Amino acid sequence: MLIKNCEPLVRAHIEAQVSLSAQTIACDGMNAYMAYKVTTKTSLNLFNRNEFTVKRRFSDFLGLHSKLASKYLHIGYIVPPAPEKSIVGMTKVKVGKEDLSSAEFVEKRRSALERYLMRTVNHPALLKDPDVIQFLESTELPRAVSTQALSGAGILRMVNKAAEAVNKMTIKMNESDAWFEEKQQQFENLDVQLRKLHASVESLVCHRKELSVNTASFAKSAAMLGNSEDHTALSRALSQLAEVEEKIDQLHQEQAYADFYLFSELLGDYVRLITAGVFDHRMKTWSKWQDAQVMLQRKREAEAKLQYANKPDKLQQAKEEIKEWEAKVQQGERDFEQISKNIRREVGRFEKQRVKDFKVVIIKYLESLVHTQQQLIKYWEAFLPEAKAIA
Amino acid sequence: MMQEGLDDGPDFLSEEDRGPRAVNVDLQTDATLQVDISDALSERDKVKFTVHTKSTLPNFKQNEFSVVRQHEEFIWLHDSFVENEEYAGFIIPPAPPRPDFDASREKLQKLGEGEGSMTKEEFTKMKQELEAEYLAIFKKTVAMHEVFLCRVAAHPVLRKDLNFHVFLEYNQDLSVRGKNKKEKLEDFFKNVVKSADGVIVSGVKDVDDFFEHEKTFLLEYHNRVKDASAKSDRMIRSHKSAADDINRIASTLYTLGTQDSTDVCKFFLKVSELFEKTRKIEARVAADEDLKLADLLKYYLRESQAAKDLLYRRGRALVDYENANKALDKARAKNKDVLQAETTQQVCCQKFEKISESAKQELIDFKTRRVAAFRKNLVELAELELKHAKGNLQLLQSCLAVLKGDT
Repeated sequence: MLIKNCEPLVRAHIEAQVSLSAQTIACDGMNAYMAYKVTTKTSLNLFNRNEFTVKRRFSDFLGLHSKLASKYLHIGYIVPPAPEKSIVGMTKVKVGKEDLSSAEFVEKRRSALERYLMRTVNHPALLKDPDVIQFLESTELPRAVSTQALSGAGILRMVNKAAEAVNKMTIKMNESDAWFEEKQQQFENLDVQLRKLHASVESLVCHRKELSVNTASFAKSAAMLGNSEDHTALSRALSQLAEVEEKIDQLHQEQAYADFYLFSELLGDYVRLITAGVFDHRMKTWSKWQDAQVMLQRKREAEAKLQYANKPDKLQQAKEEIKEWEAKVQQGERDFEQISKNIRREVGRFEKQRVKDFKVVIIKYLESLVHTQQQLIKYWEAFLPEAKAIA
Repeated sequence: MMQEGLDDGPDFLSEEDRGPRAVNVDLQTDATLQVDISDALSERDKVKFTVHTKSTLPNFKQNEFSVVRQHEEFIWLHDSFVENEEYAGFIIPPAPPRPDFDASREKLQKLGEGEGSMTKEEFTKMKQELEAEYLAIFKKTVAMHEVFLCRVAAHPVLRKDLNFHVFLEYNQDLSVRGKNKKEKLEDFFKNVVKSADGVIVSGVKDVDDFFEHEKTFLLEYHNRVKDASAKSDRMIRSHKSAADDINRIASTLYTLGTQDSTDVCKFFLKVSELFEKTRKIEARVAADEDLKLADLLKYYLRESQAAKDLLYRRGRALVDYENANKALDKARAKNKDVLQAETTQQVCCQKFEKISESAKQELIDFKTRRVAAFRKNLVELAELELKHAKGNLQLLQSCLAVLKGDT
């Protein structure tokens, strides 16, 4: 299911589109595994052709993500987080079977991978990254190793450790830029609300599935009741009721899928995107710069002391160290300005993307609800004359 | 209108709410005796019903009067019918279930405890929801007590019962204390014996085709109604849970909308508003399904049990009759106590025939009532489902039009 972007008026529009389909590969002598056919359609001359397909495994996606994370996270790019290995929801309730071969699991994963790639190619800088191009285009890809550490959860752990380290340093960063303070607060608030919303939507999915099962169960029971009812017309009406309820249970099931794939998954993606910790990297960069300044100060003090110590060798070394640290301070300042600039741009892009995504998904979701109601009307309208016919 | 019913105050005397009473019973409003529950008060752990009677019968001192009764007094009246041998050939109108607000009270308490963990708006909303639920349960228990009285008033023989008249007219407490432990145990054993007997008795093949058919039919029907009733309850509970989720989603969307600085905030606010409205409709759907489907099934579960009890009593009378016949044959063979055996046999014969005659009519009436009630409820259910689906659809479509127009 593609989350299509169809906003020609917005500056950043799609230059490449990817879609995924899943297929099981059976290897002789080994266990079967799932491969994904990745089809890219593009007009960019970065690529050799306009349309091409490759086969990738789940570990390949994780490998791609780890490369991008190591290259871009620390300079303030919002890198789309890797897809989760396990499908356990925010409420820690298993929304589906963990059976790796179940159709439901395959579809969830396929959908998650597709969204991941779409987000990656939507990012103008990442699209041009050689690793991404190779991933989309090359027939053969070197197998990524130790995917344990590369899974979404693994990266998150690494990022969180770094964030913790920063917090533990008890550095109160002098935020001269109000924009960052404001944005960080906004992101935090957004994170809280999105998590809450995600949990509620997951609960809805759960209850709708439950409703579907209970409706099917009731339908069977109503059919049995109709069978034993000895008044002919009433018996028939009860059987009809059973049929209506059976159709409705199907409807509930479909609606639950829509709830999940449209709404819930999008929310989950955004929660993970926000926790990518881009602001923390800026703090780390700032503190590195500050450390360099502190170090420079120390070196200057040391040199000053050595002026009176009459140790010409040590004095020379001290002067060299000062030069080294002056360069580091300058670099630190440049890095900090660069990451600040990048984050500003990224956040702007993220906001635009978020607006687009949510608008599109909300409309799609409402359309699914409309469809459900229209079907309900159809079913009950067919049943009403049957009920009236009981004499 | 019912649509906004959840926001109303306790106005259950409105015309709409007289509906449920008529739902399960084919009411023949007979001017000679009309009974209804005109008011009810819910106190800590009991409900006080005001039973209002209008009658032209000479048995009563006035033409119109009211008394206050509690649940135990209804049970006393019901049990007095069951224990009366004269009524053995009738389907005794099933006793109304005990008012049960425990679950609802527990939820209200939990809400109070969790007040700190939610926003003021959420708390107010949930409180309103729970109060509406409490009110709905209250209305239901009133309706069920009322149905019982109306069935009695509509029955040609039961309406003349002396205990019934005392129940209606005596304006003091009937001092019918709840059954104490010993009595409850006795009841328990009585029921055990009854069900064991039931097995024996239904094993005896009936000469009369009508009753043979009714036996088979009722045993199966009762079980299936029981199953359908349980399954419909579960289905409706899931529906309510889903509606609650939509409520929470609406709240969070609202918060997101007010926090957001981009122009998607308009979307969030509009959708939040939409979900608030659709959630109310979904809750209404669950409530209507409860009323028209679940309550109907529950009622006919109780009525079919009462019909089974009637068949059981007839079966017992038949066994007694057959035993009396055997005893008479033995007495004649031994030529000892023949007169006594003849008298016993005649009494048993008369009892059996009396029960059979009235039972036949009762069972035919039962079928008529049942078909009428199902028809009425299924039609109303379908009409309400349609009304709500159309309401939902309209809300969704108009919201979509606004949102699409914006993008």
